[in-house]
Amino acid sequence: MSFPQTLFRLPALAALLVLAAVLPLSAQAQDAAAAPRTAAEIVNAIGEASLREIAELVVELAATGEPAAASVLSALEGGDLYADEASQTVVIVRDDVMFDPVSGAEIGPEGDADLSRIRVNNSLRRDIRTVIGELTLMNPDPRTRSTAAASMFRDADPDNVELLNEAIDAEPDAGVKLLMEQARAASLLQSELEPDEYAAAIAVIADRGDREALAILNAQLANVADEQRPALEQGIADIEQNLALWNIGQNVWYGMSLGSVLLLAAIGLAITFGVMGVINMAHGEMVMLGAYATFVVQDIIRTSFPGLFDYSLLIAVPVAFLATGLVGIAIERGIIRWLYGRPLETLLATWGLSLIIQQAVRTIFGPTNKDVGNPSWMTGAFDLGGLSITYSRMWIVVFAIVVFALLLLVLSKTSIGLQMRAVTQNRRMAAAIGIRTPWVDALTFGLGSGIAGIAGVALSQIDNVSPNLGQGYIIDSFMVVVFGGVGNLWGTLVGAMTLGIANKFLEPFAGAVLAKIVILICIILFIQRRPRGLFALKGRAVEQ
Amino acid sequence: MTVLQGAIKAVGAAALGLTMLGATPVMAQEDTIKVGILHSLSGTMAISETTLKDAMLMLIDQQNAAGGVLGRQLEAVVVDPASDWPLFAEKARELIEVNGVDVVFGCWTSVSRKSVLPVFEELNSILFYPVQYEGEESQRNVFYTGAAPNQQAIPAVDYLMQEEGVERWVLAGTDYVYPQTTNKILEQYLRDSGVAEEDIMINYTPFGHSDWQTIVSDIVAFGSEGKKTAVVSTINGDANVPFYRELANQGVDAADIPVVAFSVGEEELSGFDTGPLVGHLAAWNYFMSEDTPENAAFIEAWHEFIGNEDRVTNDPMEAHYIGFNMWVEAVEAAGTTDPDAVIDAIIGVEVPNLTGGVSTMLPNHHITKPVLIGEIQDDGQFFTVWQTDGLVPGDAWSDYLPESAPLIADWTDPIMCGNYNTETETCGGSAM
Repeated sequence: MSFPQTLFRLPALAALLVLAAVLPLSAQAQDAAAAPRTAAEIVNAIGEASLREIAELVVELAATGEPAAASVLSALEGGDLYADEASQTVVIVRDDVMFDPVSGAEIGPEGDADLSRIRVNNSLRRDIRTVIGELTLMNPDPRTRSTAAASMFRDADPDNVELLNEAIDAEPDAGVKLLMEQARAASLLQSELEPDEYAAAIAVIADRGDREALAILNAQLANVADEQRPALEQGIADIEQNLALWNIGQNVWYGMSLGSVLLLAAIGLAITFGVMGVINMAHGEMVMLGAYATFVVQDIIRTSFPGLFDYSLLIAVPVAFLATGLVGIAIERGIIRWLYGRPLETLLATWGLSLIIQQAVRTIFGPTNKDVGNPSWMTGAFDLGGLSITYSRMWIVVFAIVVFALLLLVLSKTSIGLQMRAVTQNRRMAAAIGIRTPWVDALTFGLGSGIAGIAGVALSQIDNVSPNLGQGYIIDSFMVVVFGGVGNLWGTLVGAMTLGIANKFLEPFAGAVLAKIVILICIILFIQRRPRGLFALKGRAVEQ
Repeated sequence: MTVLQGAIKAVGAAALGLTMLGATPVMAQEDTIKVGILHSLSGTMAISETTLKDAMLMLIDQQNAAGGVLGRQLEAVVVDPASDWPLFAEKARELIEVNGVDVVFGCWTSVSRKSVLPVFEELNSILFYPVQYEGEESQRNVFYTGAAPNQQAIPAVDYLMQEEGVERWVLAGTDYVYPQTTNKILEQYLRDSGVAEEDIMINYTPFGHSDWQTIVSDIVAFGSEGKKTAVVSTINGDANVPFYRELANQGVDAADIPVVAFSVGEEELSGFDTGPLVGHLAAWNYFMSEDTPENAAFIEAWHEFIGNEDRVTNDPMEAHYIGFNMWVEAVEAAGTTDPDAVIDAIIGVEVPNLTGGVSTMLPNHHITKPVLIGEIQDDGQFFTVWQTDGLVPGDAWSDYLPESAPLIADWTDPIMCGNYNTETETCGGSAM
């Protein structure tokens, strides 16, 4: 196959409409050396340029020393820069208001101006970031300076050493200074160095101890001089040892996070299956309904109360609990109460029910995935030493533990919890002392379903909100409950965490597919040895 | 409120749909040409296939409004194989034997296609298959309007190698036939291009995998060897959303480690916020953002038909558009809907595609298509950063696998064979 030159396309409409205007501009571009253009002229030229030309204009703009250059470039990188077809200018649009890119002055509302976004691609985005890094190294804001230093570390360039030297001398903040020194070391490695300078640069980078440092040192392996090789290899070995330690911590954390998802999915089942003994194949669909409840809440918030978006999950939790709890009660009253003591029929009836619920949701909401957004406090990640912990996973772990604790409290400390335990342990005796056992059955099933709904709120943050959401969790949920010991909440907690962590330690060696199979085989073997799971119930309940 | 109204409308539409579905065989009349639509409307694959069913209904409506085919109206017969692979074969048989359809448009997954192949062969009917697939197949009764590996995977890898300077490769896929075969071809291709074995990492995950933490951090670790790294993703459907979320959460930036996907299109992206994914890539033969008059008309018609301005169009829809128009032309040329006549007449038929070119049906039952590489934008659309000069002819048998390199497919005289071995000059010279 012949390989054509890269074909860059202008955004819609551009070429024909403005051909006349482009010609003088591109002619100007060729004369750039003769008469340097002002920043405003360069910025306006971006509007009609191809990606290759934009790359040149970016460098030219940076060279003008224009103070606004960095903000124009970050707008270009972030996709906030638009070409105005009518006036042949380039504007920044933020919140539907147009600004002049160079002066920063407000032009007016976007209205029906004929704007087309100026698009950039990956390689251009990389170039722009490097240029912004060089421009903002002396910025008054320490956070901007540290971003700049970080981007110069990644795109190390020997030409930047002078600039970095100046910045390091002027830098008051120790943390940022360290970053700059690392960036300088990385840049120095790109040039010819004396042996002792080389060793010093390697040491600075090796001290960083993370993956990016490892990448830079590994890249050096190919062209290092023989006498320097031991120092370099020592540096790499140090980093790898450091990373290996953090790796164990990371696997434990990933395992806990997977375990918390399993716990959330299984904990409702621990009530309906574990405590009540109902084989509820529609349990996954309760989780799915909870996720859709979250979607509906977010949809209403988006259209009517956009300011509340960050609280949408907090609002969704009680909504999902009530909605799925009521569905659960309806299922218990309508179907399951006729089938107590007939596990096979219960299994088939709830399996059929799960298909009905899935298809009903598909018909009402459509077969495509629904967009459930992450609130701002659930996006992103933070570093804990060598661990990168994502906020969404962290909050789900916290949430799972809170739900677990609350459920434990309800079951052991409230009168309804007492009645639930009484009914499930000895129905006739409970009825004899005046407990309305049918109601308690309905409420227990409602509680289990409601908790499944809450799990759906959490899972909507990490999984697809589609009618199939529940199917993926039903097998895992049964596995956790059976492994942990039917009828024991603590067993569910320990079971979920054990399976999660075991899975995550197996995955790097065995791959995701094999890890799942190995876990399944282990559980089968375990159940052979201990048919009642990790924490077997003792006493009369067992005999039933 | 919008949700509630939508719900009421949807329930109404579904009820209507059910009555119509039940009524089709009764309404069947001798003077219509019946077109079978074999896409899952329930189960796992409904997410992707329902849209294709709607697109087919729209195309049939349009054709009827333009006077039908051979002066006769077309009649759609819709069945639901419910994402159940053996049921695909049963439903295909029902379409052909009971409903008497003359042509079927359908299937998505490779396994569903494999399951209906014997039915179409036995009953001698025609299937148009609209999805990109792993190749290594050419059957007389099937027309492959989606991309073969040389129309998607190979050009995407070329792009990354030449434009982004990628030297290390992660081939990540879902554990089934399409990713396995595609990755086998890609691995061979990369090795032939001089990539060392330790610079290729292959990873498979189960269907619907949702916990990507370990795999993404493995990818990051693999990418920190000082060489430019990219991920080639054949991860299927649903599993992509949590995968991309995890990439965004762990801060994998497209400028550092780009991901090029073969199964992620506008439809898949419409499920979530693409802000953090800007710059990741996809390779297709069509993007909704293509600026051509044909595409603008198609999108407008689609929005009007579906009654929702927010619905997107995607590559398999375009494949159905091309396939349907090719079938119409072939029937007009043959003057009959008889499968044998249509199969002969359709080879060489040329119809415009939606990206401004003209696609041709080749003797190997694949078509010519342009290959586009697009970067994901924050509005869920793609920005085309590269495309092939002209159209690329689909290759049924990959040239990069030693066992299939000598094979060709040619359904014209004198070869008339789907797996003709050019070395031994026999048909069926080498089995997969």
